[in-house]
Amino acid sequence: MSDPQTDIEAPPATLPLDAWHRDLGARMVPFAGYEMPIQYAGEHGGIVAEHNWTRTHAGLFDVSHMGQLYVSGEGAEAALEAVLPIDLSTMTVGQVRYSLLLDENGGVLDDLMVTRWGTGFYLVVNGATKWDDIATLREHLPDEVSLNHLEDSALLALQGPEAATALARVTEGDFSALTFMRGGEFAIDGVPAWISRSGYTGEDGFEISVPAAEVARVASLLLDQPEVQPIGLGARDSLRLEAGLPLYGHDLSPETSPIEAGLVFGINKRRRADTGGGFPGCERIRREIAEGTGRKLVGLALEGRLPAREGADVYSGDIKVGTVTSGGFSPTLGYPIAMAYVDAASAAQGSDLTCEVRGKHLPARVVPLPFVPHNYHRKGA
Amino acid sequence: MARYFTEEHEWIEVDGDTATVGITDHAQEQLGDIVFVEVPEAGKELTKGGEAAVVESVKAASDVYAPIAGTVIEGNAALEGDPELVNTSPEADGWFFKMTIADKGELDGLMDAEGYKSFCDSL
Repeated sequence: MSDPQTDIEAPPATLPLDAWHRDLGARMVPFAGYEMPIQYAGEHGGIVAEHNWTRTHAGLFDVSHMGQLYVSGEGAEAALEAVLPIDLSTMTVGQVRYSLLLDENGGVLDDLMVTRWGTGFYLVVNGATKWDDIATLREHLPDEVSLNHLEDSALLALQGPEAATALARVTEGDFSALTFMRGGEFAIDGVPAWISRSGYTGEDGFEISVPAAEVARVASLLLDQPEVQPIGLGARDSLRLEAGLPLYGHDLSPETSPIEAGLVFGINKRRRADTGGGFPGCERIRREIAEGTGRKLVGLALEGRLPAREGADVYSGDIKVGTVTSGGFSPTLGYPIAMAYVDAASAAQGSDLTCEVRGKHLPARVVPLPFVPHNYHRKGA
Repeated sequence: MARYFTEEHEWIEVDGDTATVGITDHAQEQLGDIVFVEVPEAGKELTKGGEAAVVESVKAASDVYAPIAGTVIEGNAALEGDPELVNTSPEADGWFFKMTIADKGELDGLMDAEGYKSFCDSL
């Protein structure tokens, strides 16, 4: 039997919760330059069990591999707008927004979350790209704007319909006013925590930034709550795929534009206009918004049980029309799903296509994203 | 009947001139939840160490290799509708295929149960 392939970058470093994961029987794999848990042992362990637990209760994820950055100083707001297609003027303190770091051709260097803090901006970027991101940002930001890498902070995510119940029990401070994509300062067992209502599963949930020195205590306290089980990278990937959320390095890369990826919302309204100020790649982005793109990222629902994975070719009849960038078996739906870039002519919902896997053509229909409805705690809901 | 094991985590049970092949409990545990198994069709010629079947877990696709050379007699049809058998009964009902044995000498290099256990413990 061959070994399943995982993302390998040697030599892997360890994260603050390394021993904590191993004590829980986690199987550790190299990911984004770190040793990380792919799944846990025990009654509730395993990718499908962890996936289903998160959809029905609350799952605790260690995402400390991600880069936490802080941008501040004179002119930080204008400087960030010159490098990101974001409209910071419409963001109040504590508001979180999705954004994109683009190259000069409009290709995606990374996707990230930007939060307005009282004194500056808090950015969360992908683990595998954080060092390049820091270099890119530093290159674009003027000297008087500081860029701090918050390396002493760890990051947890608590996701699922019971996440709020579990978190409320251990948090000092009332976060009932926190709606989706808002954050605030709280404390957990005396540990200062920046908590935002956001995540990567499609469920209601929170991302919790705490000092690395205290993260094991916070994680254990959360895990003591009856709603909570630990969740590894395996279920993180199947959850985000069901939620139709792109994964950098797979669905997004310098070879893809955010407009092809359906991420036009990541180009904030004011920035779409020629008068909205420049940002890297703005000419291509504005042209694609106006004229459309030759290919589009779509969702595919497959017949049968055989998954089409990244790299599988997509056909319309005998003609190759695209390539799968993420694919797997959906535990929630009970059939395989995939995201693929396909020619615009084949991208309409309901289009009947096929995915080629080991010489077989698997029937695949274009379906709306997300595959599984989001369950966010939105304002007014 | 004698059961042998490979370093690729297949087991092979020999019964006279034929053998049954599957993946070990250790292998299914490493793979996690199995969602699809592609077994070879009867009549397919297998070479020792060649690709014989594919097992898809939620995580990834993995090849299953033929421990010895021979001809496929039967693939386990039950795995088509019930691939989880590989998780629940990897070394019995979750077998992959039955095959003829082209050269019994090829069994000599394989491990017995005790040898395989030591091999897994050393991983």
